Amino acid sequence: MGGPDREAAPNVPRGRVGMWLFICTEVLLFGGLFLLYSAYRYHHPVDFHEASLELNRFFGTLNTSVLITSSLSVALAIHALGENRKPRTLAFLAVTLALGATFLVVKGFEWGEKFAHGLYPNSPFLDSQSKGKILYFGLYFMMTGLHALHVLVGLGVLSAFLRLVAKGRISAEKPVLLENAGLYWHLVDVIWIFLFPLFYLIT
Amino acid sequence: MESKGAEKPGGPGVYLWVWGILLFLTALTVIAASLHLGRATVAASLGIAAVKSALVVLYFMHLRWEKRLLLKLLLPITLATLAIFIGLTYSDILVRYK
Repeated sequence: MGGPDREAAPNVPRGRVGMWLFICTEVLLFGGLFLLYSAYRYHHPVDFHEASLELNRFFGTLNTSVLITSSLSVALAIHALGENRKPRTLAFLAVTLALGATFLVVKGFEWGEKFAHGLYPNSPFLDSQSKGKILYFGLYFMMTGLHALHVLVGLGVLSAFLRLVAKGRISAEKPVLLENAGLYWHLVDVIWIFLFPLFYLIT
Repeated sequence: MESKGAEKPGGPGVYLWVWGILLFLTALTVIAASLHLGRATVAASLGIAAVKSALVVLYFMHLRWEKRLLLKLLLPITLATLAIFIGLTYSDILVRYK
């Protein structure tokens, strides 16, 4: 057998390497969109400034706190799983799901408010605005929409795995699936941590 | 060296601390943005966002306790690649347009 270096991490699941690779591709995907945002912002600073004032900072701050707390609860769920505390794991997963759903509901209200003001991609009102404003709201809906899609996928995965935990198919001995779902959920949190200042705070 | 399996990464105590700091930094970044610091707002917002995501990656995602070199390097390499994309694009944007 190998030396101490090999012994150091004997139980690292292969699946985790694959998950991290996937996470890195997601970082590049959103990184490209961030670059697009900043390049357009450089060309249309005044339009971007005016457009960003239309966003509701309260909703953004609320949703940031909701997602951060959901990250905490999924981390606590995985820790409880490692301690073989199944009811606790299920409870924290349920909290995570509730918080993720809360995020989407708040996001829905926010988008609804924009729609009511005639602000949605290709709307007659938005098309009559300046080029920079059209770009800003195009990027806003594209990036927060793609992120919301990730939240939706995360909720689907986590609720499926909640059932597997209940059935005992995910356990302290076989935690990889839930650990990877946790990594994905944290990634969704990290992406929002950057979307929040980009759209809501920098005006 | 830690004996294998004896020390589990993370734990509720650490997670709660990190969560508290993350919420504090969220409040801080909102306050900083409402002070109208001009260009400094961009630096403050992105700086705080970077610290927050580092906390999530290191503690919630356990990278701080990761022992395997491959997993340690994967994200830094990705971020370096992204930095090259952004750097090269900006070297064009800043020079080509006035």
